[in-house]
Formats: sequence, structure tokens, C-alpha cells
Amino acid sequence: MSAQVSSIDELKTTPWAGGKSPFNVEYGKMMMWFFLLSDAFTFSSLLIAYGALRFSSSTWPAADLIFQSVPGMIDHGAPLVFVGLMTFILIMSSVTMVLAVEAGHRMAKKEVVGWMIATIIGGFMFLGCQALEWTHLHHEGFWWGSIPHELGEYFRKDEAVSVTSTHQFANLFFTITGFHGFHVFSGVVINIIITINVLAGTYEKRGSYLMVEKVGLYWHFVDLVWVFVFTFFYLV
Amino acid sequence: MSSENAELNHDEHGEHESMSRGKIWKVFAILLGITVIEFIIALWLVPKGHIPLHWANPIYIVLTLFKAFYIVAYFMHLKFERIGLMISIIVPILFIIGLILVLTNESHYWTELR
Repeated sequence: MSAQVSSIDELKTTPWAGGKSPFNVEYGKMMMWFFLLSDAFTFSSLLIAYGALRFSSSTWPAADLIFQSVPGMIDHGAPLVFVGLMTFILIMSSVTMVLAVEAGHRMAKKEVVGWMIATIIGGFMFLGCQALEWTHLHHEGFWWGSIPHELGEYFRKDEAVSVTSTHQFANLFFTITGFHGFHVFSGVVINIIITINVLAGTYEKRGSYLMVEKVGLYWHFVDLVWVFVFTFFYLV
Repeated sequence: MSSENAELNHDEHGEHESMSRGKIWKVFAILLGITVIEFIIALWLVPKGHIPLHWANPIYIVLTLFKAFYIVAYFMHLKFERIGLMISIIVPILFIIGLILVLTNESHYWTELR
């Protein structure tokens, strides 16, 4: 019956003491983070497979010799210009997405809608560019399991021309950029759904624009993956 | 549920103010600047022979990791989350690094097999 409180009964206030979320994020947002983590594993395994095949080949087609055109404008002699434009579009749409999230914190519905629409337009522009790039490569003879007959122009002068590594390049290029493009496409679809919800006032009634933040996380992840695809497919 | 969301959002509000519009454009400028540097290396410095190709690749990778840091830390806001969430996202990435090391080693072995 002593009034002294033993140390075990003292109330702990650390984040892991229980009673509240130690991460201090809403459930859906935390699950989005874990989904993105699993998606990062998928993309990594694809990119690592690419790296392993490339390291094990003595020669590999040079990206700046393959990606020479701006579809519809320049046929040849503009290495990496088009992919630079695509990278710029995707980074830009990532910025408009953050601005939408920022406007959501201020509960400014009109601004959220404006920035979301800008993000969607950016997504469609990226997809359009990718469609043009795929079409161009397809016309040159690249596709899953098929490569052009003349390969000399795709290899540096001091490297031997290799049919096997060109095949590997074509398969990996269409698989990895295709998987990324599929992510961009689903991101655009989710962005459209969220924008409709914003317009309908769903999040205003709910009192927070947390859903915009969650779809924002997904959209930035798509941008993040492109940063790696860009480096490993076009630069290295 | 909705009131819970609002409360959580309110809790975080003080931290969110660190991501102002000025800061967003600053991060954008950094990302764009790094990309421009990569292009200068790929289109001028390497073809003109100022930098050998085997130096350019590690530079690209370091610059890419910088870009990834800025996207994850600022745009995805991970820098302003609790340490517990940061650790549970970042530590599993070590497995990816492990896979990179293993398969790079393996691919050298494949080269010898060919």
C-alpha cells in the first residue's frame, strides 16, 4: 500500500511505448511506402539483370549511337536529345505534383486541381514521347526478339559487333521501359481519379488532402525509377 | 476515420511547412542542374576525350544517387518523417545493394565461361 510508484508503472512516452502510431503516418500512406518498397525490388531486379548481362558481354551497343533521333523532327545526329526532353517532362510533372500536395496542406482546392491537371498533362506527354520512341525503334527493326540486319552503326568503332548483346539490349530495353511506362500509365489513371475526387469535394469534406499525398508518393516513385533507367540505359 | 486523418494531418503540419514553394523550386533546380551536368559529360566531355569513359560511369552513378536522394528526401518527404519509418524504408534497400554485389561478381564469372 505504499504510495511510491515502482519504475515499471511509470508512464512511458517514447514513440514505441504503445498507444499511438510510432511512425506518425496514416495507415494508407504507410502502406503506400511499403508497396513502393516492394516495387523498388521489382525494378531493381530488372535493372540488376540488365547490369549482369551487360557486364558479362565483352561488347554492348552504345546508347548515344542508337538513340540518335527526335521523332518527327530530326532523323539522325541528335544523340540523347529526345530522352533529355522526356526526363525534363517527368521531373517537371514531379514538381507540379509536390505543388499540388503543398496546395492541399493549405486546403486550396482550386490550386490542387490546377496542379493535378498539370501533372496529368505531364504524364500524357511522357507517354506520348515514349510511344514515339518505341515506334521509331520498331521501324529501325528493334522489338522483343528482333533486331536490325545491319548492326555496325550501333557499336563504337573499337568494339566488335555482337548479335547476342544487341538481342539482349532490345529485349531488356522494351521490357524495362515498358514496365516503367505501364507504371506511368497507371499513375496517370490514379491521378485522374484523385482529381475527380478533388473536384467532387471528397477531400474537402474529409478535412484533409492526404489522398493527394499518397498518389504523390507513387508519382515521385515513377520519377525516381526513370532517373535510374535514364542513367543505366542511356548514359552508362 | 476522417477525424483521425485530420488530426494526423494537423500533427504533421508544423513539419510540412519546411517544404515551402521556394524549397520545392530549389530542389527542382538541383535536379535539373544534375541532369544538365550528366548531359554535358555524355555529349561533350566524353566524346571530346576530356574524361575517359571508365571515369564517366562512376560519376553518372554518384550523380544519380544524388538525384535519388533529393527526390526521396524532399519530394517524397521522407526526410521529415519519423526515424522509425525512415529506417524501415531505407534498411531493406541494403538487400538490393547485396544483390548488385552478388550479380556483378557472378557476371564476371559468366564472362570467363564464354
